[in-house]
Amino acid sequence: MGKTIAEKVLGNHSGSDCSAGDIVVASVDFCMAQDGTSTMMMRELESLGFEAPGTRRGMALVIDHSSPSPSANVSRIHERIRSFARSKAVPLHDIGEGVCHQVVPESGKVLPGDLVVGADSHTCTYGALNACSTGLGSADVAAATFTGKLWFRVPESYRIELRGAFSPFVSAKDLVLDVIGKVGADGATYKSIEYVGDGLLSLSMDGRMTVANMAVEMGAKFCPFPCDQATRDWYSSRGFVPGPGVVSDRDAVYEKNLDFDLSDIVPKVSVPHQVDRVRDVSDLGGTKVDQVFVGTCTNGRLSDLESVAKVMRGRRVKKGVRMIVAPASKDVLLKAIDAGLISGLVRSGAVVMPPGCGPCVGTHAGIPADGENVVSTANRNFRGRMGNNMDVSIFLVSPETAAASAVTGEITDPREV
Amino acid sequence: MVSLLKGSVHRFEPNDDINTDYIISGRYKFKIDEMSDLAKHVMEDIDPGFAARVSPGDFIVAGRNFGCGSSREQAPRALKAAGVSAVLAKSYARIFYRSSFNVGLPLLQCDTDWISAGDGLVIDLTHGEVTCPARAVKVTTAPIPRIMCVLLEDGGLVEHLKKHGGFALD
Repeated sequence: MGKTIAEKVLGNHSGSDCSAGDIVVASVDFCMAQDGTSTMMMRELESLGFEAPGTRRGMALVIDHSSPSPSANVSRIHERIRSFARSKAVPLHDIGEGVCHQVVPESGKVLPGDLVVGADSHTCTYGALNACSTGLGSADVAAATFTGKLWFRVPESYRIELRGAFSPFVSAKDLVLDVIGKVGADGATYKSIEYVGDGLLSLSMDGRMTVANMAVEMGAKFCPFPCDQATRDWYSSRGFVPGPGVVSDRDAVYEKNLDFDLSDIVPKVSVPHQVDRVRDVSDLGGTKVDQVFVGTCTNGRLSDLESVAKVMRGRRVKKGVRMIVAPASKDVLLKAIDAGLISGLVRSGAVVMPPGCGPCVGTHAGIPADGENVVSTANRNFRGRMGNNMDVSIFLVSPETAAASAVTGEITDPREV
Repeated sequence: MVSLLKGSVHRFEPNDDINTDYIISGRYKFKIDEMSDLAKHVMEDIDPGFAARVSPGDFIVAGRNFGCGSSREQAPRALKAAGVSAVLAKSYARIFYRSSFNVGLPLLQCDTDWISAGDGLVIDLTHGEVTCPARAVKVTTAPIPRIMCVLLEDGGLVEHLKKHGGFALD
């Protein structure tokens, strides 16, 4: 019987011929933690007598969630992370380097076919690179870092076939919101999701990261994409040699098969306060917008900023609307500066923040006021998510829809501006 | 591992998809390091009076997909520090499920529609039974996976590794 990518990766990392439902102890290639989860992980590692990571390509710590520090308390946490990284010779990505889920792929430490865990739920993002990668709590990541291994239940897999190509001003975010709306917030709990089909040709590596990033919003564990020409080009353009990666067998067994025609997908929005409450953007026309946020591990990459620029075409942010942009990494910021995107955004009236998580999780800058509507390219719209209060409404959209809404001051279909 | 738990039930609105942001808000995870202080803010965004009301040994009862969202381990740790001795729900999100057993908080899966706030329950972890003596109801829960029992018995994942020098899950 054929194997899925998850079965193969967990099999070759545990030296077993495993299938969905089996429990394996597998070797882990790479681990990461960020400033919101590192404190507990470092404490757990120290209590185990940690000296150096047992994982094949080590680990990384990233200061991105509350960065630069907004308070003395956070500064103490950051200092503790820096001191730990120094004393254990662990690579640290400090303030301004960017969001963990952009910085880690850029570092070349995650390769196709890898098994990766991170103390951040959106670690599934590296599925775009053909890795089986998942978010876990600090104790699990500490255990993997310390021993170089972790136990896994081999997940069942869903196969999502993509056909056709996106219409203009429709992109990866609209696809993944459409999928989540259909599958539901717990519809893929503990599953591995494989996207396949000729529609993949329409998904750049940035787009695949957007889609893999949000797999956890359906409860999924992994979201490994195939390793194809786009994957190999992405690595070689950064000077890395990716290796062959892992493919699923033709006769692999999938628990569910779903089909999406990309040409049928229209701009989508996830409405408050659950990610799986997905509507067409055109149904929400006229909804007033107070703040627009472009960024995060979902949509803060170079092609996202290019999409924003394409929709805005030099037009100004509507008076009374605040537009905040946080590039996903220093590399993205520099490329956006070189391409003239940043000067265009600032001239349009946007506020550009340092690379990092930005206002996504409400731990520092850009916290909205009570009663406000926020249009965001992030991945969660839970009540209170952006910081202070329970009376903020967060609408999750694509970069294109965010840009169109910034220009008009209302939630706007980007095909209409 | 204590196998017989007794306590009162707390329920919330919403009942389904209670995420880890609701269990402990992101704004506290950077401010407060001490779990006993974090426990004062547990469930605050959906039930501001909960932290003052909860008694040691009490249970949280919910619907589907409890603990979805962020991987923050502060969520199960803060629940435990607040005195919650177990959670009963129809289903759990994956990361929260593992993390809870890793920090010694047992989660039970069963139908929960019949349970009301304020009910006094007796939970038998070993046999997977939930009893409400006042209403003479007894239901069976899905068995706790063997690995999770091992982790609970050893006092969590880190203690398990210390005790065995690695994974000893069979």
